[in-house]
Amino acid sequence: MSTAAITEHRDPFGAKFGMWLFLFTEMILFGGIFLLYAVYRSTFAADFHFAAGTLNRLIGGLNTLILLTSSLTMVLSIATLERGRRRASGWFLLATIVLGLAFLVIKGFEWTAKIHHGIFPGSEEVLDHTAGENIFYGLYYAMTGLHALHVIVGLAILAIMWVGLVRAPRRRRRLPIPPGGGATLSSPGGQTLWSQPPGDDAEAIEIALVYADDAADREARAVKLENAGLYWHLVDVIWIFLFPLLYLVS
Amino acid sequence: MGVEADFYHTPGRPGILGWIFSTDHKRIGLLYLFTMLAFFAVAVGIGLLMRLELIAPGQTVISPTIYNSLFTLHGVIMIFLFVIPGIPAIFGNFMLPLQIGARDVSFPRINLLSWWCFVIGALIAITSLFTGGGPPDTGWTFYVPYSIRTSTNVTLAVFGAFILGFSSILTGLNFVSTIHRLRAPGMKWFRMPLFVWSIYATAWIQILATPVLGITLLLVMLERMFNLGLFDPARGGDPLLYQHLFWIYSHPAVYIMILPAMGVVSEIIPTFSRKTIFGYKAIAFSSLTIAFVGYLVWGHHMYTSGMSDTARWLFSFLTFLVAIPSGVKVFNWVATMYKGSIQFSAPLLFTFTFVFLFSIGGLTGLMQSALAVNIHVHDTYFIVGHFHYVMFGGTAFGLFAAILYWFPKMFGRSYRMKPVWIAWALLFAGFNLLYFPMLVLGWMGMPRRYYDYVPRFHTPHLISTIGSWILVAGLIVFVVHMIRSARRGPPVGANPWGGTTLEWSVPSPPPHENFETIPRVTTGPYDFERASET
Amino acid sequence: MSDKPAISYGRYLTIWLALLVLTAVTITAVGIQFGRWSVFAAIAIAAVKGTLVLFYFMHLRYEGALIRITLSLAVLTLAVIMVLTFADVSFR
Repeated sequence: MSTAAITEHRDPFGAKFGMWLFLFTEMILFGGIFLLYAVYRSTFAADFHFAAGTLNRLIGGLNTLILLTSSLTMVLSIATLERGRRRASGWFLLATIVLGLAFLVIKGFEWTAKIHHGIFPGSEEVLDHTAGENIFYGLYYAMTGLHALHVIVGLAILAIMWVGLVRAPRRRRRLPIPPGGGATLSSPGGQTLWSQPPGDDAEAIEIALVYADDAADREARAVKLENAGLYWHLVDVIWIFLFPLLYLVS
Repeated sequence: MGVEADFYHTPGRPGILGWIFSTDHKRIGLLYLFTMLAFFAVAVGIGLLMRLELIAPGQTVISPTIYNSLFTLHGVIMIFLFVIPGIPAIFGNFMLPLQIGARDVSFPRINLLSWWCFVIGALIAITSLFTGGGPPDTGWTFYVPYSIRTSTNVTLAVFGAFILGFSSILTGLNFVSTIHRLRAPGMKWFRMPLFVWSIYATAWIQILATPVLGITLLLVMLERMFNLGLFDPARGGDPLLYQHLFWIYSHPAVYIMILPAMGVVSEIIPTFSRKTIFGYKAIAFSSLTIAFVGYLVWGHHMYTSGMSDTARWLFSFLTFLVAIPSGVKVFNWVATMYKGSIQFSAPLLFTFTFVFLFSIGGLTGLMQSALAVNIHVHDTYFIVGHFHYVMFGGTAFGLFAAILYWFPKMFGRSYRMKPVWIAWALLFAGFNLLYFPMLVLGWMGMPRRYYDYVPRFHTPHLISTIGSWILVAGLIVFVVHMIRSARRGPPVGANPWGGTTLEWSVPSPPPHENFETIPRVTTGPYDFERASET
Repeated sequence: MSDKPAISYGRYLTIWLALLVLTAVTITAVGIQFGRWSVFAAIAIAAVKGTLVLFYFMHLRYEGALIRITLSLAVLTLAVIMVLTFADVSFR
C-alpha cells in the first residue's frame, strides 16, 4: 500500500521575495518611460515648464493624498489581520479599494476635461502647440495611462483578496487515486476521517475542509495580503514620483 | 511495491490535458522542448526560403516585399521563440530543481503560466501573419519611424512579443527564487553546479532587462494607435531614443542566450574529463560579471545612428571589457581538460564545436566593437555572420550538446553515436559553408536585409545557399534520430555518463517528486575523486 | 509574520501624516518660485516620501539583506541606464 502525504509547500518568505522580484520588473518598466521623460525634459525644459502649468495642481495633489491614504488603509488592513481582527481588516481593505476607485474617477474627469479642450494624442490642437508641449502631453497621457492601468489591476487583486478575507477559511485539495486502489484519509494523529474500499473505480477524491480561524490560516492570509499590499504600495510610490514630474515642474 | 512510476506516468488528468495543465517542472521543460522545436522548424524553413532567393542576383522565387517580411519573421521567431527561451526554458526547468536537490521550482503554477504566455504570445504573433496589412516588414528590431508608419501588422506582432516578455520575466523570477530558497541542505552557494550559476545570472537579466522591452513595445503600440509623437521628429520626438530603449533590453538579451549554453559546457567538460572544474569560483563569478557588464554596452549597436562621440567611445571601451569574462571561461575549460581522463562522447563533440564556433563569433564581435571597423561593417553581412556564429554556433550548438548530455536522464533511453556523427558532419560543414561566406561578403561591402545584390557578390552567396541545404540535412538527421531514440532507444540507467551532480542520482526518467528523500550535500559538484572511490 | 516586530498603528499613522505634510510642502514650495531649484526640491521631497512608503509601509526597514541588496540592484540598473543614455543625449 502506498501512502501519499499532502505536503503543502509553504514558504512565506519565498512568496514575499517573489513579489519583490515582480516589483523590480514594474520599477524598470516605469523606469523606461521615466527615462524618456528625463531626456525630453532636458531637451524641452521651457516647453515642459509651460505645459505642466496647464495641469491642475490641486486635483493632482488631491489624487496624491487619496493614494497616500489608501496606502495607510492597506497597511492597517494587514496590521489588523495579524492581530486577529478579521472584520476590521476587511473594512480597511474595502476602504483601500474605494479610495483607489476615487483616484480613477478623478483621473477620468481630468482626462475628459483635457480632451474637451482638444488636448489629446494626435489632436489638431496639440499639433498647433510647440514640439516640446506635444511631447509633454504625449508623455502625460502615456505615463498616467500606464499608471491607471496598474491601479485597475491592483484594484482587481485587492477585490480578490477581500473576497478571500471575508469568506470562512477553507482548503481544497484534489488527490488522484491509483486505478482499482482504495483511499483512506487520516489525520496526522492517525484517526481515520474517511475511507473508500478497493474496487471502486473513482479516479480522484476532492477534499474541501472548512474550519475555524487558526494561527496557520491567519498567517497564510496575512502573507497573501502583505504581498498584495506590496503591489499596491508600489503603485502609490510610482504616483509619488509622477505627481511632481508632471504637475509641479512649472 | 515501493517503486514509484516515472514522471511520464504520474496519475492525474488523462492524455494531453495532464501535460498542458501540469505544474511538474519536468513536463513543463518538455512542453517547451516540443513547442520550441516546432517554431524552430518554421523559422528554419523561412531561412531556407531566404537563402533560395539569394542564390543568384535578381528575383528568384519571391518578391521584395515578401522578402522583407521573411527576414522579419525569421528574426522574431528565432530570437523570441527559440534562442531567448532556449536552454533556460527547457533545461533550466527540467534540471534546475534536480541539480539543487529540490522537488520543484518555487512557484510551479507560475511556471505553467510562463509556458502558456509563451504559447499565447506565439499564437498572437502568428496571427499577425494573416490579418491586417500582413506580416510586419520592419526587421525584428522594429525601428521607428518605419514601424510606426508601415501598414503591415506591426501592432499585433509587437503585442505577441510583449506577452512573450512576460513568459521570460516569470521564468526568471521563478528561478531566482528557487535558487535562493530551495537548495538541499548542505548545498551552499559554492557547491552549486555551474549550470545553476549560469541560470541564476541569466534569470537576473530576464528580470531586470525584459521590462525595458515591455515599455518599448508598449510605446510602439501606443504610437501606432494614438499618434503620441514620442518618436516622431516632426512632433518633437527622437527616433534614436527608441533605439536606446530597444537595445537596453536586446543587448542583455544576448547574454540570456549565451550564458546558459556556457553553463552547459561547464557541466559537460568536467564529466567527460573525469576531473573537477578548474577555477570554479572564477567561472561562477564570470557569469555574474558578464550579466552585469552586459548592461553597459548596448550603444555598440548604434555607433552609426547619430549618437554623440562621447557615447560612442564610452560604449566601445565598455564593450571591449565584456569579452574578458568569456575568455576566463574558455581558459578554465581548457585547463579542466588538461591531465584529465578524456572520454570522447556526443556531448563532448558538440561542446568542442561550441567552443570553436563561439570563439569565431566572439572574436568577430570584438572586431565590431572598434569604432573604426564598425563604421564600415555595420548593417553588412559581417554582422549577420557574426551573430549567427554566436547565436547558432554558440547557443544552438550548446542546446544540442545539452540535449545529447541530458537525453538519457529525460527519456530513460540512449541513442547511437553513428547517426549523431553523421548529423554533426553535415551540421558542421553546412554551418561554416553557410555563414563564413557572410563574413567575407560583409567585409566586401554587401549590406544586410537586401533582397538583391551586384554580380561580384554572387559566388559567396551561392556557397552560402548550398551550405544552408547541407546544414538543414544535418538538422533533420539529428532531430529524427533524437525522436526515434527517445521512443525506441535501448533503456538506460540512472548515470550512464558517470556524472557527479545530483540529477544523476535519481532514476532515468526521474519520478514525479524527483527525490525519495531530499539529499544532504557534503561536497562540491564535480567531486570525481570521491566518485571513483565509491 | 512571526519573525518581525509588529509595527504599531500609531507608527503607521505618524508616517501617513508625515507624507501628507510633505505633499503640502512640495505643492507650496513649487508655488514660491525658487526657479529651477523648485523642481529639484520637488523631486527630492518625492524621494523622501517614496523612501518612507518603502521603509515603513512596505517594511523594507525590517527586511533582511537579500531584499535590500536586490532592490539596490534594480535601482542601480536604472541609474546605469539613465547615465549611459545621457552620455549620448547631453553631448550631441
